[in-house]
Amino acid sequence: MDAFAFYVLALLTVASALVVVTHRNPVVSAVALAFNLVSIAGFYVLLGAQFIGLLQVLVYAGAIMVLILFVIMLLNLAEELPPVKVAGTFQRVLAPAATLTFAVVLGRALWRDTPATLPPASEGFGTAAVLGRELFTRYYYPFEVISLLLVVAMVGAVLLAKRKLT
Amino acid sequence: MIDPRLVLILSTVLFALGAVGVLLRRGAISILMCVELMLNAANLAFITFARLRGGPEAQIYVFFVMTLAAAEAAAGLAIVIALFRLKGTTDVDEINLLKW
Repeated sequence: MDAFAFYVLALLTVASALVVVTHRNPVVSAVALAFNLVSIAGFYVLLGAQFIGLLQVLVYAGAIMVLILFVIMLLNLAEELPPVKVAGTFQRVLAPAATLTFAVVLGRALWRDTPATLPPASEGFGTAAVLGRELFTRYYYPFEVISLLLVVAMVGAVLLAKRKLT
Repeated sequence: MIDPRLVLILSTVLFALGAVGVLLRRGAISILMCVELMLNAANLAFITFARLRGGPEAQIYVFFVMTLAAAEAAAGLAIVIALFRLKGTTDVDEINLLKW
């Protein structure tokens, strides 16, 4: 059952990622990305991290995707032009080749050094209770810093969008 | 039972796809979306390692990465809107104000 769910989710994830990367229309890309984020949330649940999966759906597929779609529709973006003509075929061939090499090297290393089976989940793994306790004790200062970052991003966004440009 | 190696390979593939998108796409918002794809690939690997090690640490990191992604989306989209008002396009090849 788990294996079946895994393969279905993997297929959906890779297919939607391909649409995100290749489709000319930014709205279609954004919807595919939302789809991709939800299927990744499925992986989180399969791996036992329910709370993170829930956050993924709420924060990522909900809030961030709405923000991105809102901006795309606000700017009324047309279909994007095909990849650069200036750099030409060189960039178009080299970019996938470089990332493919990277993926093969990294994938091999990960395949070799990772055990083939998951250990049973520890007590309370992935529950909001365990994560919350950890977040407000051991990771209290990082938590405060990340809150500060959010405030800075918010103020920065308001300033950037408000200022008169010449 | 899920093979953790397959999940890690999947996250590598997603990361590579996102990187190709960042390198080849021209629209600024499409590039931002491909960055989100790469962040998610990293998160997926984090959760797999969290499960392999059993502790809550890696999940906390995923939580922080998500917050960071929210901040990045807000600031990045504000920059895109400012650029669009200035140049009337989000095509990164047209935006070369800093080019000497």
